Amino acid sequence: MISETFTDWATLKANRHKRLQRASRLAKGKIVSSADIIKLLETVIEPHDRVCIEGNNQKHADYLSRCLAQVAVERIHDLHIVQSNIALSNHLDIFEKGIARRLDFCYSGEQGARMARLVGEGKIEVGAIHTYLELYGRYFMDLTPRVCFIAADSSDRDGNIYTGPNTEDTPPIVESTAFKNGIVIVQVNKIVDKVPRVDVPADWVDYVVESPKPYYIEPIFTRDPAQISDIQVLMAMMVIKGIYAEYEVNRLNHGIGFDTAAIELLLPTYAAELGLKGKICQYMLVNPCPTLIPAIESGFIKSIHSAGSELGMEKYVAARPDVFFDGPDGSMRSNRTFCQLAGHYADLFIGSTLQIDPEGNTSTATLDRIAGFGGAPNFGSDSRGRRHTSKAWLKAGREGHRGNTKMPRGRKLVVQIVETYREHMQPTFVDRLDAWQLKDDFKMELPPVMVYGEDLTHIVTEEGIANLLLCKNDKEREQAIRGVAGFTPVGLARSHRAVDNLRDRGVIKRAEDLGIDKRQANRGMLAARSIKDLVHWSGGLYEPPKKFRNW
Amino acid sequence: MMELLKFEFPGHRAPLRPMRGSAFAGVVNSGSLEVLIESVDLGGRCQVEVKTSANGFRSTWDAVLEDFFARNRFADIKVSINDFGATPAVVSLRLDQAAAEIMEMGAK
Repeated sequence: MISETFTDWATLKANRHKRLQRASRLAKGKIVSSADIIKLLETVIEPHDRVCIEGNNQKHADYLSRCLAQVAVERIHDLHIVQSNIALSNHLDIFEKGIARRLDFCYSGEQGARMARLVGEGKIEVGAIHTYLELYGRYFMDLTPRVCFIAADSSDRDGNIYTGPNTEDTPPIVESTAFKNGIVIVQVNKIVDKVPRVDVPADWVDYVVESPKPYYIEPIFTRDPAQISDIQVLMAMMVIKGIYAEYEVNRLNHGIGFDTAAIELLLPTYAAELGLKGKICQYMLVNPCPTLIPAIESGFIKSIHSAGSELGMEKYVAARPDVFFDGPDGSMRSNRTFCQLAGHYADLFIGSTLQIDPEGNTSTATLDRIAGFGGAPNFGSDSRGRRHTSKAWLKAGREGHRGNTKMPRGRKLVVQIVETYREHMQPTFVDRLDAWQLKDDFKMELPPVMVYGEDLTHIVTEEGIANLLLCKNDKEREQAIRGVAGFTPVGLARSHRAVDNLRDRGVIKRAEDLGIDKRQANRGMLAARSIKDLVHWSGGLYEPPKKFRNW
Repeated sequence: MMELLKFEFPGHRAPLRPMRGSAFAGVVNSGSLEVLIESVDLGGRCQVEVKTSANGFRSTWDAVLEDFFARNRFADIKVSINDFGATPAVVSLRLDQAAAEIMEMGAK
């Protein structure tokens, strides 16, 4: 006999209707005036709600977030915030005031130090620090939002939404909320008669408010070529010759930073000289970084899918629809979820990091800050569910096969590119990651590791390339890492005999082993040496933000 | 305050000969350095003089220079460095660039 049966299977729906009813006086159709928005938030949000604030790598629902910080704490408190990026001070104000308490997030960058303080004071309870795809996944599992705030370029009067080129995280946030009877609130830069294209259909949207100022957005992917050093040129030459050419890497993701910008700017020059056009780097998963322009214009890159857009690149991207994913309206459609997903099945990830230990674990965590990860752990890991093959994937799989099983399998190339010392003589190679200290300080269950040693296949430094796949055991692997760690304490503790042996076997390759003349390692090799050069390459389509203009 | 550091290394037992003239690499810039390598009769030995704006890195210089002479078959070589806080990576690159230059001159 069943002792108890549920009869009510639609409590969420009923609760949603109550909320909408309570707020009916505050909206005209779906449109809410900015004079009523705080009141609306106080009416539709309930204490202990899980609220997702769209806070992406670039685009932010900053107006709604600022309004949330102004609600009466007697009415709205103990919220659980799920948000990929904590980038603005008002994101933390809501915790300082007690409006929210629990937080699940991915990245906090600039706000990392204040976040650490608030965690220390017990004002923020961190559920977990995630990678992007992981957090979006949880929106559809155990962290489904009750209410979400998103940011978009425009809306029509029915509530059809145009996100603009920075769609970024909007789709999973809206979909998880709207289809579980949650409430979707949108801030738009402008309410218009007709949107250029519909990115979110009006049925999925409950309220729209025109924000007094356009949403906050940051050009975080712009790297000025003027700041690329000769060392970065040298490392980029080694990557192109020693890894991209060696494995015929054609489908890849570049992290952000000057190291990868240098690679991009050497494609039309150095890589072309090596005859690699049409053989490497044809399909990329990256934001429209301005430093990609010369490689695109030279016909190196066939296709680029982007997680987000980049300020100033809108016209250029719209004028290259064969390369980028552009909508019927002409503007780009980005999507961080799909870009990260594609990255799982690419052949290579390359990016920088702040620290590497002798096991090859890497971390960007620094003491006294809770900075988080972003997307690197996703891109920077082997995808165990992959089944289709490619030359690069199969070769890496063969090299990494230690003969424990008869079954052949490929693997992804995961490369960290670093100088052995960062600014102020901070060694990149360390015996113990700061992540361990952070784990203790903030009582985490695991140290926040960005790329695990077992996923890492290559380390590139100014001293050379260590191919960790070719190491026969952990001891050898450690020597291979020390063997490219330069004059850091980790590098100085190398066994010279072991390292010489690894070099003889091609596990470690120096620039000279790759036939690279170091005198060529010079900024003159870059296809563009300034932002202005990039503008020229784009035929004037790239319009750099003011802070990057110095002419 | 600039620190002045002097180092001396035994020359290579089977040095590349003949070595002639001098070679220069680098720029005067914060975070950079300039390197001059000269062929001088030092009775087979090699000398290095470092003027640096970053004090307290003698042991790092020693390691960088020892590695440099281990990699190159040099004797009777004088190296003069003006350093403006370059990382070991930049130091090694400039040394290697100047070394490649002087070796090419010797070969001519």
